[in-house]
Amino acid sequence: MTIAAPNTRAIPVIADDSAEFHRSRLRTALNFCARQPLGTFGMVIVVIMAIAGLCADWIAPYSPTANDFAAMTEAPSWAHWLGTDQFGRDLLSRIIFGARTALIVGFSCAIVASVTGLILGVGSAYFGGRLDLYLQSVLDVVMAFPLIIMALAVVAIFGTGVHNVIVAITIPLIPRCARVVRSSALAIREVPYIDAARACGFGHARIILRHMVPNVMAPFLILLTAFVGQAILAEASLSYLGLGVQEPTPAWGLMLQGGAEEYASTAPWIAVFPGLAIALTVFGFSLFGDALRDALDPKLRDR
Amino acid sequence: MYRYIIKRVLLVIPTLVGAAALVFLLMRLIPGDICVVRLGSGGGTFDERAVAACHAQLGLDRSMFVQFIDFVWGFFRGDFGISMWSGKPVVTEIAARFPISLEICILAIVVANLIAIPLGTLSALKQNSPIDLVIRTISIAGLATPSFWLGILFILAILDISQSAFGTPWMPPIDYVPLWQDPIRNLSMAIFPALTVGYRTSAVTMRMTRSAMLEVLREDYIRTARAKGLIEHIIINRHALKNALLPVVTLMGIEAAFLIGGLVVTEQVFNLNGIGRLFVQSVQNQDYTMTQALVMLVVAAFVVTNTVVDLLYAWLDPRIRYA
Repeated sequence: MTIAAPNTRAIPVIADDSAEFHRSRLRTALNFCARQPLGTFGMVIVVIMAIAGLCADWIAPYSPTANDFAAMTEAPSWAHWLGTDQFGRDLLSRIIFGARTALIVGFSCAIVASVTGLILGVGSAYFGGRLDLYLQSVLDVVMAFPLIIMALAVVAIFGTGVHNVIVAITIPLIPRCARVVRSSALAIREVPYIDAARACGFGHARIILRHMVPNVMAPFLILLTAFVGQAILAEASLSYLGLGVQEPTPAWGLMLQGGAEEYASTAPWIAVFPGLAIALTVFGFSLFGDALRDALDPKLRDR
Repeated sequence: MYRYIIKRVLLVIPTLVGAAALVFLLMRLIPGDICVVRLGSGGGTFDERAVAACHAQLGLDRSMFVQFIDFVWGFFRGDFGISMWSGKPVVTEIAARFPISLEICILAIVVANLIAIPLGTLSALKQNSPIDLVIRTISIAGLATPSFWLGILFILAILDISQSAFGTPWMPPIDYVPLWQDPIRNLSMAIFPALTVGYRTSAVTMRMTRSAMLEVLREDYIRTARAKGLIEHIIINRHALKNALLPVVTLMGIEAAFLIGGLVVTEQVFNLNGIGRLFVQSVQNQDYTMTQALVMLVVAAFVVTNTVVDLLYAWLDPRIRYA
């Protein structure tokens, strides 16, 4: 009984703490919105695109692949808000479904690339020595390939399609993350608390995961957001060149490839709207990423 | 300084050899036999002898190591072999398409800096004002806009404007004429792709100019210049901008990547027969000799640019030289 008493009293204290915690989080979020109007605008765009991608099946007014030969290259109207393409497919529906393709590719590439980069970067910095030297030389070589060139080379080997495009864009992004994370991690390795952790006899895994990784989260998150935009842009470029996502999968770059130039003068909406979708989404991610950097990196806060 | 130069230049060699090894290995990762894929892609039948002849022609019957040495040696001699698609030497194909791409690159750099440096400076001088906000938005939009879409929009605008001005739609010419033969025709072909690529490239430079300028404007020597009563535009031009442009030089390496990426896509939009288009075609046609030569060429150009930028920076900023 005497033992249970402090416990029952302790519970509400914890609950209070977490409520306080949530309130302060909300305040942080509101603070972020007030300080970073552009970043908030970017976040709103990203959220809209995410909803469009996730709920495409319910939102889209038509099927993205249904041809309607009675309504080819129709101008925007109440029936087709953004008009139709040369096969009579509803552009709005294709753009909404295209958001799904873009976000799948964007997030898969960004997450896989930055997590791999995080492991390589922190590992390289923590263990140092030979491993660091060899790993850095390999990553330097991969960095010598401009993103789109590496992606094209990978597509040349493995062929086109969503999965190959994800691989093709992920590979060149990995060293870009590893390099940034490594340089942050190198600074952290010299900090006394890492020595303290070592002196306590903690294993490598514990020191890396509990003490180093949380401290490189700021550059990691900034890179992750930047990568999503870059990957969406790269996917659109590859698809536009006919070397990315293939028909009938709706993808923004692919929509510009088909007949955008051919129908430029008669049906400009075919060329305008998908490109606008790409630009807006990437714009949203860049704005959000920039604001995140300003918020997470105090050195840049006033610049 | 000399030690730094030698060290930096020598660093190029392992990077290029590493890149060559990577390209070489990637091209051998292609699932199946290149010759079977090539001969079979037509849908017709083929016999063993054709495959063997193809192997011999590509040198695939030799050991991997000999092939690699041959590949690297050929690269240094400027011999990349025969295109698997057209049957002509790869070098001839590349040489024919090089001038147009180079011209667009140069024009794009000019366009980029003409946009970026004045706007970046203005943005820094009017920090956090509406002008700053607009310029920063233009810059971020530049990074977000895909160059092929921008190119398509240019074409749309050209068609519309020429239609309403002359009554007939006009399109920029697509066959290359050297600048000295017909400058107007040449420029009317190259300027729109250059604008497309240049705007995207300018975005990076603009941001760098802005943040470098902001930093410099807080330096003591700027306060001193103000305190002794110098006219504002002399302070900006002579004291601030000169120092602020130093880090902007280092961006040339990143710009090079943007230019290459931009060319690959933009040449496709404007139907120009340059290096970028050749690259895309070689990937589409499974022309592996051409693809590997072009990847190598681009990587070499990129690595050399970055080295030159590093050296230039060390030359401009003595702190690095003696560090």
